[in-house]
Amino acid sequence: MQFSQYRIALQTILIKEIRRFLRIWGQTLLPPAITMGLYFVIFGNLIGTRIGSMEGFTYMQFIVPGLIMMSVITNSYSNVTSSFFSTKFQRSIEEMLVSPIPNWVILVGFVLGGVARGLCVGFIVTLLSLFFTDLSLNNLFVTLLVIFMTAVLFALGGFINAMFAKKFDDIAIVPTFILTPLTYLGGVFYSIKLLPEFWQGVSLINPILYMVNTFRYGILGVSDINVVTALIVVFLFIIALFSWALWLLNRGYGIRS
Amino acid sequence: MCSQALVIRHLSKTYANGFQALQGIDLTVEEGDFFALLGPNGAGKSTTLGIVSSLINKTEGQIEVCGIDIDKDFATAKRQLGVVPQEFNFNQFEKVLDIVVTQGGFYGMPLAQARSRAEHYLKALGLWDKRHQASRMLSGGMKRRLMIARALVHQPKLLILDEPTAGVDIELRRSMWDFMREINAQGTTIILTTHYLEEAESLCRNIAIIDQGKIIKNSSMKSLLQELNTETFIFDTRTPLTAAVNQQTEGYQVRVLDDSSLEVDLRKGCYLNQVFHFFESQGIQVSSMRNKSNRLEELFVELVQAKNTHLETSSV
Repeated sequence: MQFSQYRIALQTILIKEIRRFLRIWGQTLLPPAITMGLYFVIFGNLIGTRIGSMEGFTYMQFIVPGLIMMSVITNSYSNVTSSFFSTKFQRSIEEMLVSPIPNWVILVGFVLGGVARGLCVGFIVTLLSLFFTDLSLNNLFVTLLVIFMTAVLFALGGFINAMFAKKFDDIAIVPTFILTPLTYLGGVFYSIKLLPEFWQGVSLINPILYMVNTFRYGILGVSDINVVTALIVVFLFIIALFSWALWLLNRGYGIRS
Repeated sequence: MCSQALVIRHLSKTYANGFQALQGIDLTVEEGDFFALLGPNGAGKSTTLGIVSSLINKTEGQIEVCGIDIDKDFATAKRQLGVVPQEFNFNQFEKVLDIVVTQGGFYGMPLAQARSRAEHYLKALGLWDKRHQASRMLSGGMKRRLMIARALVHQPKLLILDEPTAGVDIELRRSMWDFMREINAQGTTIILTTHYLEEAESLCRNIAIIDQGKIIKNSSMKSLLQELNTETFIFDTRTPLTAAVNQQTEGYQVRVLDDSSLEVDLRKGCYLNQVFHFFESQGIQVSSMRNKSNRLEELFVELVQAKNTHLETSSV
């Protein structure tokens, strides 16, 4: 295949993915908007006013970047798990396997689909947050870079999850038992400076902490973590997960007998 | 152009559970052929075609599609191939047109070209009116036709049809046969697997029969049918039969079915003229005649049973 054919194939997968999550917007775009709206009302408005300021910002301002990042993480992940797993389940993955698309194009296509949904939801949640607080923008480049890299990373994670999944239950295990706790403990609702020293150290092994803080730096200009270190960590995770996902795809794990 | 659409050499497949689905098969399909790959359930047909279309990993062996070794340049080999699998394998929530256009995109076709080809094949297969319907709303026969349209959108040189008419009513099946004949006449090589042996006999020029992972017969349809020892015909008589006309000779055997039809087993090398001569001598007037059963079906059963009997005997 020539480069232009790769581009068309990639574009086809991406359009197919975007069409899928837009077709079922009631399951994909609406729920995160409602959930995050509730977070803004309860944690930001009702409880947040009693908490006072955090790192020099109102509690609402402090949690908004974390909540946007949380919605990007969960949606980019779940988009790929549900889409790729249902493609496997309905055997429509065979449409791609019999065609001359290289595996890396299939992988990039699904990942970009996850990124598209993650960013779409992130944008909706950002708009929603503007009804509750004013947002400044400290560093546009860092903000966009980290949100894109985070969406890529979790879309890759979702892809690997879907490759291993044999039944629908298997695509719920990681989000429920790993992703949600890591997100909640990843500095979305608090600064790790509030934790005892030991738990601050433990928090540093949580990769989500790096992403949330870098994103918060991009918007508010404050972070518990060095931004360059955080970006390098996320980049290394992306390389590792991309290699793993591609290796699984080349082996045909769970999709070829 | 390629002289051989498909060459399979020493192909074997052992699944992870140890089951040996293919035991070193060799097969050649010439370009432009309409080729039948037959066999009982679990014989290895779908495994063979699955390996050719890259859905199953082979254990050993070599495959060339239009002269291209799949181990050396699978992407180019895949461009020559169109696959219609046995099971429905499209997204049930997508629209008919989107499924076909999207498949064109997977082959790197620009959108306008993919749309135009999709329109052509959906019209040819009588699905154009359903193009905006979700595919799950289609009937079984329409779903099969949708998979054929999808497999043709990139205009492959070799089309693999794995039981394309399963569950399709007779009228539709015959219209699908016409369509298959037409695309074959236009130069597309077709490999067909089917359990309707009448279909294989009617459509295919060459045939291979696979059983328990081995090719047990590979020849032209014509020469295979010539191996049939006995052929059975039904004769409808013009007037009611008044007397017993059962007759057995070296060449044929006549049995009365009811008061207006007769069954005749005609041995290989004998002629129907002898039977007509007998009817004349008995004053029987024939109004119509037909084959009792599909000739290929008889041969198929004979070959597969013979092989199984041989295996049972040799394992005692």
